[in-house]
Amino acid sequence: MASRLEGKVALVTGGTSGIGAGAVRRLAAEGAKVVFTGSKADIGEALAGEVGGLFVSHRVEDAAAWPALIEAVMGAYGRLDIAFANAGTEQGDASIEDVSIEGWSRLIGINQTGVMLTVQHAIRAMAKNEGATGAIIINSSMNAARPLGNYVTYSTTKAAVVALAKSAAVYCGQKKYRIRVNAILPGVVETDLIRNIMESMPDPAAVRAIYEGMAPLNRMARVEEVAGLVAYLASDEAAFVSGAEITIDGATTAGMMGV
Amino acid sequence: MGKLDGRVALVTGGLRGIGLAIATRFVAEGAQVLLADLDADGSEAVGAALAGLGDQAAYISANVTDEASWHAIAEHMRSAYGAAHILVNNAGIDLTGAVESLSLEAWRRIMAVNVDGVFLGTRALVPLMAQSGADIAGGASIINVSSIMGIVGYSEVSAYNASKGAVRLFTKGIAIEFATKRMPIRANSLHPGFVKTPLLNAGFQRWVDKGFAQKPEDLVAAMEGATPIGRLAEPSELAGPAVFLASEDASYVTGAELVVDGGWTAQ
Repeated sequence: MASRLEGKVALVTGGTSGIGAGAVRRLAAEGAKVVFTGSKADIGEALAGEVGGLFVSHRVEDAAAWPALIEAVMGAYGRLDIAFANAGTEQGDASIEDVSIEGWSRLIGINQTGVMLTVQHAIRAMAKNEGATGAIIINSSMNAARPLGNYVTYSTTKAAVVALAKSAAVYCGQKKYRIRVNAILPGVVETDLIRNIMESMPDPAAVRAIYEGMAPLNRMARVEEVAGLVAYLASDEAAFVSGAEITIDGATTAGMMGV
Repeated sequence: MGKLDGRVALVTGGLRGIGLAIATRFVAEGAQVLLADLDADGSEAVGAALAGLGDQAAYISANVTDEASWHAIAEHMRSAYGAAHILVNNAGIDLTGAVESLSLEAWRRIMAVNVDGVFLGTRALVPLMAQSGADIAGGASIINVSSIMGIVGYSEVSAYNASKGAVRLFTKGIAIEFATKRMPIRANSLHPGFVKTPLLNAGFQRWVDKGFAQKPEDLVAAMEGATPIGRLAEPSELAGPAVFLASEDASYVTGAELVVDGGWTAQ
């Protein structure tokens, strides 16, 4: 594996499963020291051992716990160069007609406020680097562009964080920080979460076919494929890429068919 | 080990600017690169480019608006390499001016180079790429160089806007087409912002000639000030994004737009 990220320190929120875990592995493989968060301590510790990184038990929406998380990063590795604002969920979401205020508020907290806190604390830490350098990647979704009828909060938060990425990118420019902020918009990714959903259905094969058929490419993305995009955006290869939203969806949203 | 080991690439407009920068990185990543441009074989620019790129690069004189040129390119790739994995439709020209002042001839010229050229290149190489793409991780990759001017409008740039917008949506159309037909070719558009290229310099000089600024440097300063990152891009900064789109790392990326503009269109 090319060592594009040698000497860099990365923070990944929601790093114990799915795209987050894939990113932890890929960033580490490219030479970065990786700190990652999550709530499943046993899985987190195992992954930390595997990649030689640091797991911190932390909920992304817990504003009061953010300074301690950044202190843990600084204490372990002394700096922060890369932040992947990945933690997110669709659990408890519903349609606009049915969504509860509790469900709505909980998802806004994790998917939107959590991303804001990640980007805010990352920028504050990266501003201390010589030349105020850094790369921040926000995990949005193709549903930012093509919202889902039965997931109103998820769709809304994923669109919101694209605007957040652009606002933060423009702000960093105004402040002469060399911190880039970009959003990625994955299509359906074959994570454990999606596998569990498929397996919980009466006809898993039929559900799999529906997920695969969403993309003209006729398959789901692999976690490793999204991690490849994250690693590219984190690297100096993307030095002029900021404020961008990058779709990785096997052409799902390239057409007008919706999802 | 390079990210593009074993791949064969064609880069149009390969003698200067973004095209040459992409070709240079492709060679460094292990690809065989065929440059296409308008110069005759043996011109000074061809000699300089090939001297810089070494044995992994070759040149073919071609006009992207000309079907016969594309036939010759496809035949050459088939006979010389037996493969085509990466097509970078980069050749392009600009056109500025008040819409009521544009001649139909100039309009047709920019459409011919920027739009016909991308269509003809795609049409000419897809059969070979469909074969070659099956042998390479991540599949074959078409990278169509659009522009941020293919996403947002700009005063007195309407013809260029139209041509680059066409490239953007042509790319999505072929991406869906190849994917649904299970052809191992991905297609994406690359959208540079303001890049320090000969094309940009020529454009700035025209603005100066028209009296919009006293000297090109003033326009550069204005563009830098209006770009969140605070500077123009070096051509080499478009090469990393092109390598990504061409490589296995982008195996699920198709029909997408990669904007490389230092935050210009985020504002």
